[in-house]
Amino acid sequence: MSDVLVCIKRVPDTGGEVSLDEDGMNIDIAHLGATVSPHEEAAIELAVQQAGATDGEVTVLSLGDDNAVEQLRDAVALGCTNAVLVEATPARFGPRDIALAIADVVRSHEEQGRSYDLILLGNDAADTGDFQVGVRLGYALERPVVTGISTVELRDGHVVATGDSPTGGNQVYEIALPAVVTVMEGGVEPRYPSIPGRMKAKRAKIETVEPEREPDGSGRVRLVLPPAPSSQVRVLGEGPEAAPAVADLLQELGVLR
Amino acid sequence: MSVLVWVEVVEGEVSEVSQETLTFARGLGEELHAVVVGSVDELVEPLGQFGVSTIHQVDDSDAAFAAYAPGAWSAAVLAASRACDTSVVLAPGSPRGNELMAHVAARADVLMAANAVNVESREPLLVSRQVFGGTAFEVMSLSEDLAVLSVAGHACSAEPADEPASAQVQALEVSTTPADIAVQVARTEPGAPDESGSLKSAKVVIGAGRGVGSSDGFEELLEMTDLLHGSLGVSRVVTSLGWRPHHEQVGQTGSRISPDLYVPCGISGAIQHWAGCSSAKTILAINNDPDAPMVTRAHYAVIGDLHEIVPAINEEIRRRVAG
Repeated sequence: MSDVLVCIKRVPDTGGEVSLDEDGMNIDIAHLGATVSPHEEAAIELAVQQAGATDGEVTVLSLGDDNAVEQLRDAVALGCTNAVLVEATPARFGPRDIALAIADVVRSHEEQGRSYDLILLGNDAADTGDFQVGVRLGYALERPVVTGISTVELRDGHVVATGDSPTGGNQVYEIALPAVVTVMEGGVEPRYPSIPGRMKAKRAKIETVEPEREPDGSGRVRLVLPPAPSSQVRVLGEGPEAAPAVADLLQELGVLR
Repeated sequence: MSVLVWVEVVEGEVSEVSQETLTFARGLGEELHAVVVGSVDELVEPLGQFGVSTIHQVDDSDAAFAAYAPGAWSAAVLAASRACDTSVVLAPGSPRGNELMAHVAARADVLMAANAVNVESREPLLVSRQVFGGTAFEVMSLSEDLAVLSVAGHACSAEPADEPASAQVQALEVSTTPADIAVQVARTEPGAPDESGSLKSAKVVIGAGRGVGSSDGFEELLEMTDLLHGSLGVSRVVTSLGWRPHHEQVGQTGSRISPDLYVPCGISGAIQHWAGCSSAKTILAINNDPDAPMVTRAHYAVIGDLHEIVPAINEEIRRRVAG
């Protein structure tokens, strides 16, 4: 039986244009929806599959404000068993602070007899793109950590983890448990919530904890938006009649051969 | 003072993002050092051309360095940073570069800036970096003791130094612990054929989005890909719907491409996709919506139904190539 912890982050859904809030420290989320990154959707799927294969449980954790309960319930609807909210103002927490806060929860659960063989996170958050919470968590817990993984399989006290190799193909790691793994989307197809899953999520109890220490912050000085690109598009035509103009362009660019 | 770059060597050569990172690091105006795991015989000249004065070389006959192990390799980067007394360590913003810098920052207990694109100020050291998938930039303050950053791909173009250096090689002794090799690549397996490697390096990429309509709608796009000797790249919607495999995905969570020509067909151009294709030299959008972000950001566009336009273009290409 292997118990898995999966860590997720509520992030604004930045499908379109964004604007900054008044002090320029964050983007204005008033008109944006919220989601979790595709990497974390894949991490939830891997967690549910691997725990399920061993009759273990999945605990989902998020550091955030009250609103993050929505993402925690979504994860419960997908098969996570327990949910933990580390209640905090996420903007005050840098990657190091988040890793230490998660480590404190893991140790506190261990003292209560709930230990995690595998901890999964997304490879990088869709908003802050830090690429480091998982690695820092590994160091904080003195556990092996690997990033950029698309499939995992628990096997005899080990996790077999596979990710893209820089030379093409897949690089495979075999790591002794307990371990920390950060997940890239692409290795599994995240499931959709079932109706019973949604019912269960509505009723699920959310364990709420306060961070044990004051955050140091992320080093952010301000956010800046790139200047809006001025459209300089040259329309070559409409419909199939534009084909000769396209071919002229291809010849000009030297890609017809 | 000096700055130190971890150089990623892929198939015996300095990777393109490493070349960009060396160019970026040279902009700090200090003596440039590099740390390399493995043989450097073929690298002394190219690294010298990028202005590297000293290469700190780690012997890969040691079992800890025979295969990639982020713990051991980050120990090597820190050992090199002590050897050259640097306060700035950089790596390419590749998966391994970001992983190693995260290890270095965790070990040194300092902040790390992932995917930096610019140095805003040297004292204090402020860098701007990509956040929200490239939608915004964060200006971030780094530690004066040890600034750790990765450099985003295409943050600058790779330029050799005006005055090449003659790089000296120094053997670097690194002591490792069992914990440093608890994570080490056990083996590398071949991927599925037509992996995204060819997509990332393709000179021409034909893009396909929701506008294709179904998994049966790709024939003419694949034909155009063949005619232009390119690769097919798709939007996240296309892989989410299961129309095409994930390794063809272009975007924030897929491949980042920089072809000479990108032809997005039926792609609206969400930020997540733009993050992966904005480095294309020329963009020709084919879309039925003249106001789609992909069209307004493109250099050229054809407006209309891609299923009528693409076969006409294919026909015209065949005619001209044959003629």
